[in-house]
Amino acid sequence: MSRVTLAASPTRTHAPTRTFFRGASRTFASREFSVFAALAILLIVTTVANPRFLSPQGTKDLLLNSAIFVVMAVGETLVIISRNVDLSVGSILGLTAFSTGAVYSAFPHMPLIGIFVVGIVLGGILGAVNGLIVTTARVPALVITLGTLYIFRGINNAWAGSTQYFVGNDPQEFGNLSAQTVFGIPLLALIALAVTVIFALYLYGARSGRDLYAIGSDPVAAELFGIRVRSRVILAFVVSGALSGLAGVLYASRFNSVGADTGTGYELQIVAAVVVGGVAIFGGSGTVAGAAIGAVLLTTMTGALAALNVSKFWQQAIVGVLIIAAILITKVISLRNSRRLRVSEAKAPGAAADDIEATHV
Amino acid sequence: MTSTPTADAPATFALRSVTKSFGPVVALADGTIVLEAGRIHALVGENGAGKSTMVKTIAGIYQPDSGSLELRGETVAFRDAAESKAAGISVIYQEPTLFPDLSVAENIFIGRQPKNRFGFVDRQAMRRQAEALFSRLGVPIDPDRSAEGLSIADQQIIEIAKAISLEARVLVMDEPTAALSGVEVERLFAVARSLRDQGAAILFISHRFDEVFALCDTITVMRDGAYIATHDAKEITVDALVREMVGRDISTLFPKTEAEIGDVVLRVRGLNRDGVFADIDFDVRAGEIVGLAGLVGAGRTEVARAVFGIDPYDSGSVTMAGAPLRPRSPRDSIAARMAFVPEDRRKQGLVMDLSVTKNTTLTLRHQLARFGLISRSREAAASREWSTRLQVKTGSQDLAVSTLSGGNQQKVVLAKWLATDPRFLIVDEPTRGIDIGTKAEVHRLISELAGRGIAVLMISSELPEVLGMADRILVMHEGRITADFPRAEATAEKILHAATTDAEVAA
Repeated sequence: MSRVTLAASPTRTHAPTRTFFRGASRTFASREFSVFAALAILLIVTTVANPRFLSPQGTKDLLLNSAIFVVMAVGETLVIISRNVDLSVGSILGLTAFSTGAVYSAFPHMPLIGIFVVGIVLGGILGAVNGLIVTTARVPALVITLGTLYIFRGINNAWAGSTQYFVGNDPQEFGNLSAQTVFGIPLLALIALAVTVIFALYLYGARSGRDLYAIGSDPVAAELFGIRVRSRVILAFVVSGALSGLAGVLYASRFNSVGADTGTGYELQIVAAVVVGGVAIFGGSGTVAGAAIGAVLLTTMTGALAALNVSKFWQQAIVGVLIIAAILITKVISLRNSRRLRVSEAKAPGAAADDIEATHV
Repeated sequence: MTSTPTADAPATFALRSVTKSFGPVVALADGTIVLEAGRIHALVGENGAGKSTMVKTIAGIYQPDSGSLELRGETVAFRDAAESKAAGISVIYQEPTLFPDLSVAENIFIGRQPKNRFGFVDRQAMRRQAEALFSRLGVPIDPDRSAEGLSIADQQIIEIAKAISLEARVLVMDEPTAALSGVEVERLFAVARSLRDQGAAILFISHRFDEVFALCDTITVMRDGAYIATHDAKEITVDALVREMVGRDISTLFPKTEAEIGDVVLRVRGLNRDGVFADIDFDVRAGEIVGLAGLVGAGRTEVARAVFGIDPYDSGSVTMAGAPLRPRSPRDSIAARMAFVPEDRRKQGLVMDLSVTKNTTLTLRHQLARFGLISRSREAAASREWSTRLQVKTGSQDLAVSTLSGGNQQKVVLAKWLATDPRFLIVDEPTRGIDIGTKAEVHRLISELAGRGIAVLMISSELPEVLGMADRILVMHEGRITADFPRAEATAEKILHAATTDAEVAA
């Protein structure tokens, strides 16, 4: 055993500095950092061109508009990391937002906490439906959630018909939620931040959170290894549904009117935000923080292009370019890494790890 | 009955007359083995003998159709891998099962990472424990790097570290040494012995008899999915084992017919791909079968893929009948009458849901087409002809190939390529996963093809196959050709030695 001590001690002496530098270089090489940098550049350029963009009111709008997308993107991240996708999030948002109106019209004195519970639980149930079907049928989630996208939307249409609820000022305290600030920061943004932090910690530190990465990285190996793939995937869908439900409640508070087509088309924007935020579309890597920044980036982009007087039509094209760029960057990094590993490992077995960029989390 | 083991406690783990079928294919006809605490038990048998099915049954991935599993004398049934793991069973699979996106340390501890006082994964502790495991195994792997791009040997070591850290009472190792060098094998053995001395029951599967005899106390032989016999390792010889495994004389298994060897058809010079293979020189002549032997991961398939133009190479040249072939162009290779029967016929060789006819004529689409449309009758005729010549056994030409047995699927792949009338044929592990009876037929076919003047490059990990079939045997080790034996000079020992140059023991 003496050999072990000898071999281990030099590593230990160097470990702190090495870890620090590696940690620092990982931070700068990380996908989250590059998305964040893109966001910063966008904000700076737009503000220089149009100083009103980051005025107190402009900032507040930006944060409020981002908040709902961030909440949904966080849930979607869990699903995508497990090598699935949830396309029904827009429909879940619509259904829960409409329920909010329906609940308030039936029980006008429902306390605030009650409406949040209703939205989150209803969203969670819809998410559980997704998760159960996906794991039972063993059919790609893309197809299943495309189906439930229409089913949930259909239920919403049948239920709502031409009814619109205006919950933004009835009850007043519910509508006030989206106007409230804490130390100048909108409450909705703080809710989104809290959701991001909670699930960032969950994915980083909880065993079941780590399982999601393993499942997305190699589902077959996860099964062989005895990871409870089914229950973890169902959990991811439940979280995605519940957060979309929460987003539905926030939507009702912020945008006042909810009806049959609330949230239509959101699913693609959410998936786009998650991918731009550096989450691999085939699972296994990415973070909630990246996805949240991605959601803010896309929202900012829309606002910024408007502030710069760019036509609305170009905004969509630019979002498209961003998505493709994000995917290409991931691909290039992984190709470069695998080549570098291959060559350096052939030259010096075992010593290859140091100059590899962090593609894992 | 108590579950605490006593001095005369029942065997730690036993399978009794377990059967398992997949559709019409019987993978396990009689899986029987008794693993005792403090002993290393070898399981030997040819490919397709049912060893891996048995491993997956023990692991809880397959549920037996009949028969029973007993843990410390009590009947158990595992619904999934998690249950068998919870019962103290740890399995190292033939193919490493790592998560490429996760760090090495996390790969070892996923699902049971050390926690800090907040209930979160304690990454420092996880890294320390991984480092401790690696120093016990004596390997310099960085626990923080991602598992993506690790060599197969390193992946296997991580699997071993994983199994050790589980402190399993029953450890199953399905060909753990296939990709390891001699030193690494010795280290693995030291670990296995110390686990055994701590009272673990170990099942060890290997094709290398020297390893089986060096490590194991007991040997069980399987053939065609069934239990044959169990021996004390000290009381049996290699020859006797081989007879039991094969169940017939080896010479009749590989009916190699002599072929007239002609001019050089394929010439490879100085082929190099950084980090994968280097300095690859060889010729294959008309009528010649060149065997390409070596351990898994030695770079054999990679060379074949580069020669055929699927993967790029950094330098060197490939010439077919004097004409140079462009790299990265399988189209050129096919036009130059080259054919490639890949190792993984399910993923690369066949379209599993298409019919036998469609699969056979896949390479002939252009010849069979008139005005851009494929004639059904000509398609059927071409397919019938090849199926008859290769004796493909199928109920109908219209059945999906997924319904055929492994051997017959392989014949369809061969038929598909033979229909292009190749002059040079690469076959990668032509009989992997094929039952013994059909194996001989595949060998007869390859031998016949050589007899008709086709140059054949045969990659095979099965020594008897290489020894029985090849006119010349090239051996690769870590990306280089380390030996070139004519048929008359080749022996199993020499090939194994060349395939593991840093192995101390070759016999």
